[in-house]
Amino acid sequence: MNEQKLYTVTIYSENNIGLLNRISAIFQRRHINVESINISTSEIENVSKWTIMVWLTEERMKKIIGQIDKQVEVIKAFYHPEDETIYQESCLFKIKSDLLFEERQIQNIIKESSARIVTVNRDFFVIEKSGRKDEIDLLHRELSVFGVMQFTRSGRIAVTKDEMKISTMLKALQH
Amino acid sequence: MKEVQTLENNIAVLNQTERISGSEAIIKCLLAEGVEILYGYPGGAIMPVYDELYKYQDKIHHVLTRHEQCAAHAAQGYARISGKVGVAIATSGPGATNLITGIADAQIDSTPLVCITGQVGSHLLGSDAFQETDIVGISTPVTKWNHQITKASEIPEVLAKAFYIAKSGRPGPVLIDITKDAQFEQFDFQYKKCTSVRSYKPVPDTDEKTINAAADLINNAKKPFIIWGQGIILGQAENILKSVIEKTGIPAAWTILGASAIPTSHPLNVGMVGMHGNYAPNVLTNECDVLIAIGMRFDDRVTGNLQTYAKQAKIIHFEIDPAEVDKNVKTDVAVLGDAKQSLTKLLPLLFNNSHPEWVQKFKDLYKIEYEEVIKNDLHPTKEGLTMGEVLKEINQQTKGNAAIVSDVGQHQMIACRYANFNITKSNITSGGLGTMGFALPAAIGAKMAAPERDVIAIIGDGGYQMTIQELGTIFQQRVPVKIVVLNNEFLGMVRQWQQLFFERRYASTEMVNPDFVAIAKGYQIEAQKVTKREDLATAVKEMMQCDGPYFLEVLVEKEDNVFPMIPTGASVSDIRLG
Repeated sequence: MNEQKLYTVTIYSENNIGLLNRISAIFQRRHINVESINISTSEIENVSKWTIMVWLTEERMKKIIGQIDKQVEVIKAFYHPEDETIYQESCLFKIKSDLLFEERQIQNIIKESSARIVTVNRDFFVIEKSGRKDEIDLLHRELSVFGVMQFTRSGRIAVTKDEMKISTMLKALQH
Repeated sequence: MKEVQTLENNIAVLNQTERISGSEAIIKCLLAEGVEILYGYPGGAIMPVYDELYKYQDKIHHVLTRHEQCAAHAAQGYARISGKVGVAIATSGPGATNLITGIADAQIDSTPLVCITGQVGSHLLGSDAFQETDIVGISTPVTKWNHQITKASEIPEVLAKAFYIAKSGRPGPVLIDITKDAQFEQFDFQYKKCTSVRSYKPVPDTDEKTINAAADLINNAKKPFIIWGQGIILGQAENILKSVIEKTGIPAAWTILGASAIPTSHPLNVGMVGMHGNYAPNVLTNECDVLIAIGMRFDDRVTGNLQTYAKQAKIIHFEIDPAEVDKNVKTDVAVLGDAKQSLTKLLPLLFNNSHPEWVQKFKDLYKIEYEEVIKNDLHPTKEGLTMGEVLKEINQQTKGNAAIVSDVGQHQMIACRYANFNITKSNITSGGLGTMGFALPAAIGAKMAAPERDVIAIIGDGGYQMTIQELGTIFQQRVPVKIVVLNNEFLGMVRQWQQLFFERRYASTEMVNPDFVAIAKGYQIEAQKVTKREDLATAVKEMMQCDGPYFLEVLVEKEDNVFPMIPTGASVSDIRLG
C-alpha cells in the first residue's frame, strides 16, 4: 500500500477549455510530477479521454482520483496498475543519413526492433517505433551509440482490460 | 416601495424570447434566480452590466462595497445566514483578483457563491490589455467551477449552470468571466433554469447497506460519540440530527462551522471539537467506541495528530463528497449522500437508548474545564477585561438569539466557544481559510439577508483593520450591524503562539492602534469604548438598543491566551488546559 507504483489514470471528461488547468492543478498542489499526459477523443462522441501516467502509492492515488472525479466537468476517473492496461507509446529518432550506409548495424537494429523508417533524405532519416516503454528505451540506447540528432517520445496511451461503462453512466447522469 | 420578487413571477416574465444585450441578460438571469441583492464594485470591463443595474435598481439592489474582497465576503455572509447563493460582481484585472480571497474562503468553507467578473473584449484576450488578467486560470484551484463567456448567447445557459452548481451537492463558489463585447452584444434571450449537468453528480447514491451497517454499530455501541459539521446546516438536517441524538442519547459535539445547528443549551450538546474546542469532546474522542462523523471533513484543526486520532473507535462517516471519505481518517462505514436523507433513513433503525455513565464523563470533564479555564474567562477576578466576559454579556442580553459573525484569531475562538446559539445558521466565521478581515463585510451581507435578526460582528483589532474601509458601506447603506472590537493591542493568536512556541519573541504582533471610536464616528456610526468592567453591561445594552449600526470597542487584557489548546501535532487527548 505504501510502495510507489506507476499508475495509469484514465479520465473521461467534457471537452472544455480550462479543464486541463484544473486537472493539472490537482497534481501541482500536491507536488506530484506526472510522467506523461495524453488527451484525445474517446469512443464516445464529444467525450475526451485522458491518459495520465504517475508514480504514487495506492493510498495517494485513491485520494487524487477522488479529487479528479469531483470536478464538475469530469464524467469519471479511474486508476489502474500497469498490468491491468494494454498500452503503447511511440517515438521518433532523427539520425544523419550517412550513418544508415556507414553503420550497417543500424539497419539490423531497425529490423530487429520492428521500427519503421518514416522518411529518408540526403541529410537525415527518421525512424518511428511504437511499443512498450522498455522496447523504446532499448532502441534509444542502441541508437544513441551512433549519435541521434533528435529524439522524442509520446505520452502513453492505454486501454483497460476491464470494461468502461461510460455510456451507461452518461445516460444515468442525464436523468 | 420595493417590488416584491418571487422566483415564479420572475420566470414568468422571462419566459418569452426577446432581443436584448448580454449585460441586460445577466440582470435578467440574476432576477430569474431570485437574486435580490448583490455586492460589487464597478470598473471598465463591467460597465455595461452596471449600466443595466442602474436601469433595474428598483428590482435588484447593488451594494457598493469599498473593496472587491469585501464584496465576496459580504456575499458569503449573505449566503451563510440565508442558505441562498450569494452574488459578487467585479471588473476585470485587479477587481477580479481582489475577489480571490473571498472565493478561496468560500471554496474551503463550501459556501455557495456566484462571482461575475468583467473581462476585456474577446479580441484583446491574451494581449496583456489594460486590466486584463487570466482570472479563469487564477481562480481555477479555488472554484467549484468557472467559465469564460465570449458570446452573449452563452450567458443564459452558463449563468443558469453557475447557480445550479454553486448551490447543489456540496456547495461552493463559481466564477463566470464575461468579456466586454459579450456584454454589449444583442441576442435573443430566453432563460431556462438548470436542473442537471451530465458530467456532474451533486449527491452520490446512498447504499442502504451502509445505513444498516451504521445502525448496527450505533445500536451496539457503549460509548458512541457524534461530531457534526456544516453538512448538517447546508443539508438542512438540524431537526433530524436532533431526533437522532435524542433517540439514541448520544453526546454530540460540533466543528466550528457546525456551530448553532443544535442549540447550545441542548443537554446532549457537549461543545466544540478541535484545537481550541472543549476539553471533554476532544479527550473523549480518544475514548469513544463508535465515532459518528456527520457532514464534516476531519480538518487537521479538528483531529490534531492523525496517528493517534480515535484509533480505538469504529468510524462512521456520513458525507456528501466522496473525495472526503478516507481522505484524512480511515472509516469503517462510509454513508455517502445527503445528511438529511441519510439520517432520515437511519433514525427508524436506531434503538431508543441512553448512555448515562458515558454522558457523565463529558460532564465531569466539563467541570475540570470550567474550573481551569471557563471560570477565569467568564468570571475573571483580575482587573483586565476578558474576551469571554464580553461574550457572556452579549449572551445575556441577546438571549442567544443573535447571529455572531466572527473574524479570525483569539476572539474567534472565544466567540465560538462561548456564544450561545438558539437558532441555526447563526455562527458565521471563516473556518477553513482563516481569513482575517472576513467578519465586517460578512456581517454586512448577513444583516442584509436577515434584517429581522441581530447580527453582531466580533472582531479583533488586527482583522478589523484589514477591512475597516467597509464602515463606508455600512454608512452608505445604513446597515444596522453591531460591531464589537475586542482590542488587546496585539495580533493575539500569533502572539500566543510566539509566547508558547517561540520563547516570547513577539515579532511584529504588537499593534499601535488609532482611535477606533473617532473613525467610526467619522462614518456617523454611533460608537463607544469600554475599558472598565463596570461599564460593559450598559455599553452592550446601548449597542443592542441602537436602531442603526453601532461600534463598540472593548479594551481587553493584552496577553490573555485561549485555552484549551491542542498544540500542532499533538493528540486530541493531549489537549492543554493552560
